[in-house]
Amino acid sequence: MLLENMMGLVGNTPLVGIQSFSPSPDVRIWAKLEGQNPTGSVKDRVALAMIEKAEVEGLLTSAKILLEPTSGNTGIALAFLARQKGYRLVCVMPETASKERAQMIKMFGGEIVFSKGVEGSNGAIRLAKQMVEADSKYLMLYQYGNDANPGSHYETTGPEILKDLPTVTHFIAGLGTGGTLTGVGKFFRDNRPEVRVIAAEPEQGDLVYGLRSLDDGFIPPVLDESVLHGKIKVNSNTSVKFTQDLVSNEGIFAGISCGATVYVAQKIAAKIESGDIVCLFADGGWKYLSTEIWDIHHDIAAKRVEYMPW
Amino acid sequence: MSVKVNIPAVLRSAVGGSKSVEAESGQLRDVLVSLGQKYPALKEQVFGPDGGLHKFVNVYINDEDVRYLENLDSKVADGDTVAILPAVAGGSRQAP
Repeated sequence: MLLENMMGLVGNTPLVGIQSFSPSPDVRIWAKLEGQNPTGSVKDRVALAMIEKAEVEGLLTSAKILLEPTSGNTGIALAFLARQKGYRLVCVMPETASKERAQMIKMFGGEIVFSKGVEGSNGAIRLAKQMVEADSKYLMLYQYGNDANPGSHYETTGPEILKDLPTVTHFIAGLGTGGTLTGVGKFFRDNRPEVRVIAAEPEQGDLVYGLRSLDDGFIPPVLDESVLHGKIKVNSNTSVKFTQDLVSNEGIFAGISCGATVYVAQKIAAKIESGDIVCLFADGGWKYLSTEIWDIHHDIAAKRVEYMPW
Repeated sequence: MSVKVNIPAVLRSAVGGSKSVEAESGQLRDVLVSLGQKYPALKEQVFGPDGGLHKFVNVYINDEDVRYLENLDSKVADGDTVAILPAVAGGSRQAP
């Protein structure tokens, strides 16, 4: 494999069998390993597509500074790409965000502006929006509302799956921004409409919801629920247990949301006689090592991650 | 036997602070309406102005989102667990 630079490594991730999770040899389960992307998550695809779209539209020039309220995978992916392409990036994050994420963003050359910890991520978003309004040198790509997010999956993730596994019958991914499910879902609706698309929705601790009222609820603008055929919620305990089992049974060191998708795959596998189920594994386990979830019983580990986003 | 209905933190004050309440099995609509009669504040939050589910409310029967089942016509059997949860961006604490 010969590549001009690191950006050529984004996408084209492997699809690997995880048959130990299937109750029957006629139902095959596969994992698409997005942890194999350069910064270790599916967000490399999204960040690359959002930056390229902004370049094509003329919104992103060398005079602009990228600004994104994020403390997670998207910030790390944007920092990696911004450095490659020569842009400045500022990530706005609550001062309470985990240390290793800020370290990774800084390592790739991103800058960080901290918002008040007590205001949570809403405070970070509010501050980012204020900064964009106050100064036209900032450009916010905003993954929750940017069509390039699902677009990247329509253009790359979906076609990769169909090419590697033309017999695919089910697609499962975690529900975060909704970009993966919407993009891959639309691709299958247009090209292989019999494929069922199912969301694995993380059910987290009460504090993560952190709402004062239901009117603070949020449905990401990029999520098109019409492409989904089902949505199954998965709690922290189950997700952690399956994430542990992935290492034990298949040697896959994956992030916590991956365990949730495998649980949903197993639930579906029990209901069908034959098929090819694809789970999208959004990230590798590295950024969760400090939680030590692989070292302790899942009941205890689940309590540890209950109050953090995964 | 009856069904257990889990109440999210944001709605617990409407049911006197309980994490879950009991209800009779039947159509989901009837389950929620009967709870609404018992706890009027819950009814206001769970149903939208059009009588359907509030757009920021997700309801699950045994972990499956009812919007992908038969919605309010979904059947809730004895021993099932119904969960009410606010709609949030999964995997993140971000809101607009």
